[in-house]
Amino acid sequence: MAQGVMVIAEQRGGEIHKISNEVTSEGRRLADALGQDLTAVVLGSGVKDKAAGLARYGADKIVAADDPQLENYTADAYVPVLAEIIKANEPAVLLLGASSMGKDLSARLSARLGVGMAQDCVSFAVEDGKLTAVRPIYAGKAYARVTFSDDSLPQMATARPNVLEVNEPDTGRSADVADAAVNLDDGQPKAKVAEVVVDESGKVDLTEADKIVSGGRGIKGPEGFQVLEELAAAVGGSVGASRSAVDAGWRSHTDQVGQTGKVVSPNLYIACGISGAIQHLAGMSTSKVIVAINKDPDAPIFQKADYGVVDDLFKVVPPLTEEVKKVMA
Amino acid sequence: MKIIACVKQVPDTETQIKVASDGTSIAQDGIKWVMNPYDEFGVEEALRLKEKFGGEVTVVGLGPKRVTESLRTALAMGADKAVLVTDDALEGSDALAVAKALAAAIKDLEYDLILAGQRGVDDDQGLVGASLAELLGIPHLPVITKLEASEDGKSVKANRPVEGQTLVLEAALPALVTAQKGLNEPRYASLPGIMKAKKKPLEEKSLADLGLDASEFGTGARKLKVIELTPPPERQAGKIVEGESPEEKAAALAKLLHDEAKVI
Repeated sequence: MAQGVMVIAEQRGGEIHKISNEVTSEGRRLADALGQDLTAVVLGSGVKDKAAGLARYGADKIVAADDPQLENYTADAYVPVLAEIIKANEPAVLLLGASSMGKDLSARLSARLGVGMAQDCVSFAVEDGKLTAVRPIYAGKAYARVTFSDDSLPQMATARPNVLEVNEPDTGRSADVADAAVNLDDGQPKAKVAEVVVDESGKVDLTEADKIVSGGRGIKGPEGFQVLEELAAAVGGSVGASRSAVDAGWRSHTDQVGQTGKVVSPNLYIACGISGAIQHLAGMSTSKVIVAINKDPDAPIFQKADYGVVDDLFKVVPPLTEEVKKVMA
Repeated sequence: MKIIACVKQVPDTETQIKVASDGTSIAQDGIKWVMNPYDEFGVEEALRLKEKFGGEVTVVGLGPKRVTESLRTALAMGADKAVLVTDDALEGSDALAVAKALAAAIKDLEYDLILAGQRGVDDDQGLVGASLAELLGIPHLPVITKLEASEDGKSVKANRPVEGQTLVLEAALPALVTAQKGLNEPRYASLPGIMKAKKKPLEEKSLADLGLDASEFGTGARKLKVIELTPPPERQAGKIVEGESPEEKAAALAKLLHDEAKVI
């Protein structure tokens, strides 16, 4: 019988990624609610020692699939290895992070297992022994509470980055690390990673950024984003943009926040010169603290903002950058 | 090159979403239905590949009859023919069931490449493309912003931006790719295109036509069950930061973010 909670941790370049601490912490809470064990699974090359650290966030048991072929994520290599691990362990709940990797892996793995999958959830609970999850749909214009049919095991979901609470690491906790078999010769056609181009800017992806400074039509042109870059650097965040700024060609599409861009949930979201079209609001409404700077007092963004400044952003943002440096010093 | 582009119909992104009285679906009144924006990138890329390599573009849609409209849009953009998987029993199906029905409709077609949007802007699951590749047993290049086919048309290379890096993926055809914004700028249908689209073949397939068992589809067969839909949690409008000058407002805001909100 399916039993226990399993989380799939994520490593990049051999380092355990932050989202893994988030899902392991949540996995611990769910395992406690079920009165069952938590297993963390890591796939990679030379990652066993790092994987052991997940015990601190609550894993009772760790399974590592360590193989040079698993160094970089590809669905073609990860899905069969994980399908075997899941078959051997029969978890009742399977949790991943909704990162680029997690979204693709969960999609492909759920189809392989023939189970339901809840993508990009913002909260989880155990009700009557079953997993329930809340997930924003229509980019957050509505919320769906979902659960799984009785024959859909494991109950599978991914968690939105930056939303779940991370447990205080317990350095006294440890767990055994078990090796998983890696058998990767199924003769299936595959997609391979031909090249990895690292973004030299060192910019944190918006979906993972702790703070975001975003600009819209009010920025008036690509050069206007310079003041936002400076504010973002001061608060330690990334720069985002509204659809109108992206469609005008002022910023790259990878910067777009909204229903047809990225859905973000930073601790701090500063919207500058953004009026607050519904499709933009949808993409950032799970941010913890929202600031709006706009000279139009009737802009809809003020209805969503915790703090509003009605003024010309070009007059407010530069002194704000200086003030931020002062209070953070 | 034989190319398939998958098309979903979704509410326009400017639509206000309201929960219906059943509490588990959205109210259908006042919705403007459009082709899923990410699927539009897929259709456009299919047309560009056809312009370069020759061949044929088939658009495959799934859903109620109104989806015909989005398929006609794709035909007007330049696709050659369309297939609509439509059946009352499909209503309320989850992503896995949709992928199964699409796989059944596609497996008998000839194809080198399948394009789909990286996600529907309605359910935001992003599952159907990957699931479809899994069910068809072909490689999947997910969430791509650039696509190149080799000169011989036998393989593709695609850029996939992930957190902090871009992966260049490669696969032999047949393969499935899911389109992300940035891949291209979709064309508008021209008037002659719209006229021509009316005469292009559009075939409808029911679950029975595809040899599928209707009991495996629809709300009752969902593996992922919707308990309830709710409006998003209300955010209260907060305080307007006052000050005599922009500098004063900036100073007051920085202080609030530090002392009160404690985010900096």
